[in-house]
This record gives sequence, structure tokens and C-alpha cells, in this order.
Amino acid sequence: MSELRELYQEVILDHNKNPRNFKKLELHSHHANGHNPLCGDKLELFLEVVEGIIKDISFVGSGCAISTSSASLMTQFLKGKSIAETRHYFEHFHDLVTGKELDEEALEELGKLAVFAGVQEFPARIKCASLSWHTLINALDSVDETAATE
Amino acid sequence: MFDINKIRSDFPILKTKVYGKPLVYVDNAASTQKPQQVIDSISDLYSKHYANIHRGVHHLSQKSTALYEGARETVKTFINANKVEEIVFVRGTTEGINLVASSYLEPRLEPGDEILISEMEHHSNIIPWQLVAERTGALLKIIPLLENGELDLSALPDLLSPKVKLVAVTHMSNSLGTINDVSLIIEQAHDLGIPVLIDGAQSIAHMPIDVQKLDCDFFVFSGHKIYGPTGIGALYAKENHLLNMAPYQSGGDMILNVSFEKTEYNDIPYKFEAGTPNIEGTIGMAAALNYVSEVGIEAIDEYEQELLAYATQQFSEIEGLQIIGTAPNKGSIISFVLDGIHPHDVGTIMDMEGVAVRTGHHCTQPVMDCYNIPATTRVSLSFYNTMNEIDEITKAIAKVKELMG
Repeated sequence: MSELRELYQEVILDHNKNPRNFKKLELHSHHANGHNPLCGDKLELFLEVVEGIIKDISFVGSGCAISTSSASLMTQFLKGKSIAETRHYFEHFHDLVTGKELDEEALEELGKLAVFAGVQEFPARIKCASLSWHTLINALDSVDETAATE
Repeated sequence: MFDINKIRSDFPILKTKVYGKPLVYVDNAASTQKPQQVIDSISDLYSKHYANIHRGVHHLSQKSTALYEGARETVKTFINANKVEEIVFVRGTTEGINLVASSYLEPRLEPGDEILISEMEHHSNIIPWQLVAERTGALLKIIPLLENGELDLSALPDLLSPKVKLVAVTHMSNSLGTINDVSLIIEQAHDLGIPVLIDGAQSIAHMPIDVQKLDCDFFVFSGHKIYGPTGIGALYAKENHLLNMAPYQSGGDMILNVSFEKTEYNDIPYKFEAGTPNIEGTIGMAAALNYVSEVGIEAIDEYEQELLAYATQQFSEIEGLQIIGTAPNKGSIISFVLDGIHPHDVGTIMDMEGVAVRTGHHCTQPVMDCYNIPATTRVSLSFYNTMNEIDEITKAIAKVKELMG
């Protein structure tokens, strides 16, 4: 059970039950859909980027606890960050969930997102945690397509 | 007498521990585990009898050929086909359906013709027809699903018309467990001279199959869903259809004479088996069918119905659990959703308890859309499962609720 507690930490359960920034942004500069065909998780991400800074970010959709909480925590984390920083955090987050070694500084930068370290023990769930981040990169690249984790 | 301990001892993998807990394998609708008899048949073939089949004059080739053709006899007997020539070996249900779509149906379709399938089909009994329809300008028509997971067969008379050139339906739903009244569908289709394909991927392992009694035109199944190897399955087709069908893939073994001017095709069923086939798979599948016959498919059916009834009763008592698919006539499959908990989380937590379930849309997205859910958790039972394991599953679901609640 300890690996499970590691995966389903309180903060993850809380963000699953009460996802933050869970709405559509009427005013947005970037937008993308994400879809995990394996489990049917779907999310829609909205960003309002002004002068290279994420002024607002939100999402809607349905998915498992890992994907919903990951999207929720991501939106909280990225508000106010620059696009350049965001891409850098994507790399770190990706390394975190896929079990790559992260130095202390990188881990500290990720803050609350570090709760997703438990995902690396569950290979089938890595895609759940990273769906919102892949969708984010698609939105920033303005690829007008549904992001897929496949 | 049905000896569950003896049966379980035939399946070496059932002794596996997962995260230190005894494995409870209930993902049988996806694929079944293999008894020692099947494992031995393949290992014996490679240790003692193996060579390429059909053309060799040497000892081993003749031995392999006899085993391979013996397997065809086994399949014929298992589903009670009229003739051994009516059994075509394919890679699995999917390839069998694709073969019928390409070789039987496509040359017979005109723009505006119709292909009738149902709302509960597996993607592999949807997409081959969709592609054929796209290529020919034909239309796909759908027998709708009722709320309890049965097909609305009252819609059938209106859907059947001379425009329909084939009906393709599943015998047993892989996501809902529903056993369809295919006899009724076949009878009504045949009244209008329309041939019927039955997708037997699920039914093959759970009930006696008699293709002559059913009077279906085509019946397809996969070896790996009935305790045999992957990559092998069989297509049954009435002789008259096979004789009038174009070849599927082409190459060696499906020909009698080849010149650059003209090729004369081999007789049925070889005409549809191009290239060196899956020899070990075919022989392993026959060993699996023999194993099931020895246990007795009627006994299996009866025991699995007891398991299903017990599991249904146990699960129904869990608060917040809703069973998806409650048809009166069901095979041993229970799909369910838990209030506020995504199936993917359910699957991960149950796995940690040693319980192997499937979560997702089970390749039946139209079914999920019909119930307006993204996915379910599916417990699919086999005759090697036990009442005690159902208790373990029930406990694992309680654990899920405790952790996620």
C-alpha cells in the first residue's frame, strides 16, 4: 500500500476532487485539446499569454485522478511564469514522472509538482500525469490539433 | 465433476504472486492464460516434430503437416462445421473479419447498399465494414442498444431490407457481457437471403458453438481467447461462400499453378492461406480446444454462470457501484463504474491488491458513448476463477473506495 499512498497523495486527491482553474477562458491566446486514447482521458486547455507571460491558464475535461490533479496543479504552478520558463519546467516534469534523476535545484523549482514523483513506479500511469503538459506544449506551439500521449 | 483445484493446477501462471499477493486474473475477455497442455504442445512441436508444412516430402514435414491439418479437424469438430474445408486459419478474429470484408463483401457491394452491424460491436467488427463502405459507397446501419445492454431486436425488421448485403454481429459483447439472440437475427436475415457473420471472439470460450445449428454464414474467433496462443484464429465460412470468394492475401501455398500469364488458385481453404502459416499457433490452438473439450464446455458454461451470479450479487451490494450491462442473458463479464472514481484509478489500486482487471473503453467506444461514460472497469471471469477470488475482488473494490473516497 505504501507505493499507492505515494501515488495518491493527499494533494493529488484534493486536486482531483476540487480541480483549480477548472473553467473555460473566454479570452485566450492559446488553446489545445489533449486526449489519451488508452483510457479516454480528455482535456481542453486555455492560456492567455501577454508579452511572453502566462497571465491566465485554465482547463476543462474528464479524466482519472492523476490526470485531473496534474492539470490542476500545472495551471496553478504556471500562472505568472514566462513561456521560456514553462518549456524548461516541462522538461523537468517529464524527467520527474519518467524516473530520471533530477538535481535538488530542479526538484525545488518544481515545488508542489514533486508529488508526481510517485508516478514513476507506475509505468501505465505516466501518460496520465503528462497529458496536460503535452497539451500545454501543443497549445504553445499552436498546433491546432488534439494532443495525444501516443 | 468440475474439479477446480485440478483445473487451476493446469495453469502454471495462476501461481504467480503480484506485489506479494496471489494473482487474481480476471482480464480473460482480453486474453486467457494457457494450460500446461497448450504450452507442452508447442514445446513438443519444436522439440520433436517441426518443419515447414505441405510441400516437404521428408519425414518431419509430413509430421508437421499432419499436426497442422489435424488442428483443422479439431476446429471443425469443436464448432461442428459440416466440412473441414470450411475452416480457414487466420491470425485472429480481426483478420477473419477483414478477410470476409475484402474477399466476400467488397466485390458484391454497390453504392447505396447497406451493411448491418450493432451498437455493441468491438471496433474490429466496425472498422473493416466502415472501410469497405467508404471504398464502395455503401452505408453502415446500426442495430441500437437498449439501456440494459441488450440489442433492440424489435428494430430488426425495419433495418433488414434487400439493400442489406451482410449482417455482422457479436455473439457475446466484450464490454457488457450480453449474449445476443443471434439465432433470431440469422433467421430474420436469411428470410431475405442476407448472409450473417457472427463475431465469436468472446462466445467461443464460454458456450457450446454449433455453426450448423446456428446456420450462420461466417463465424470467427481467436485462439488466445480460448486458452490458446496469440496470432492464430479461425474463420468458418459455408463452403458455398468460400468457393465464390476472391483470394485474400496472395503468395505461396494458395496456388496450384503459377505462370507469368495466369495463376490457378489452390482449393479451399488453402486459397485463403497464403504463405507459411502460424504452424505452432495452429497446433497450440488445437491443444487448447482439446483441453476445453476435455473439461467440457457445458460444464464450463454452468460453472461460469455460478461465478457470474455470485459476483453480480456481491458487486450489487457495494454502495456507489453501478453495473454497466444487465441483460438477462449474459456471459461471465461484469463491467462497472464507481461513483466519482475514474476506472483508471480503480485498475491501478486493484492491481496493487493482485487483481488484474481491465479498465478503459474495451475497444467499444460507441457502447461507452451510449452510456455516456468514458470507460469502465471490467471483471471478466473464466472457469479457473473461484468464488474466493470474487471475495478478493470485492475486498479490492472496498480498498479503492477507502483510498479514493
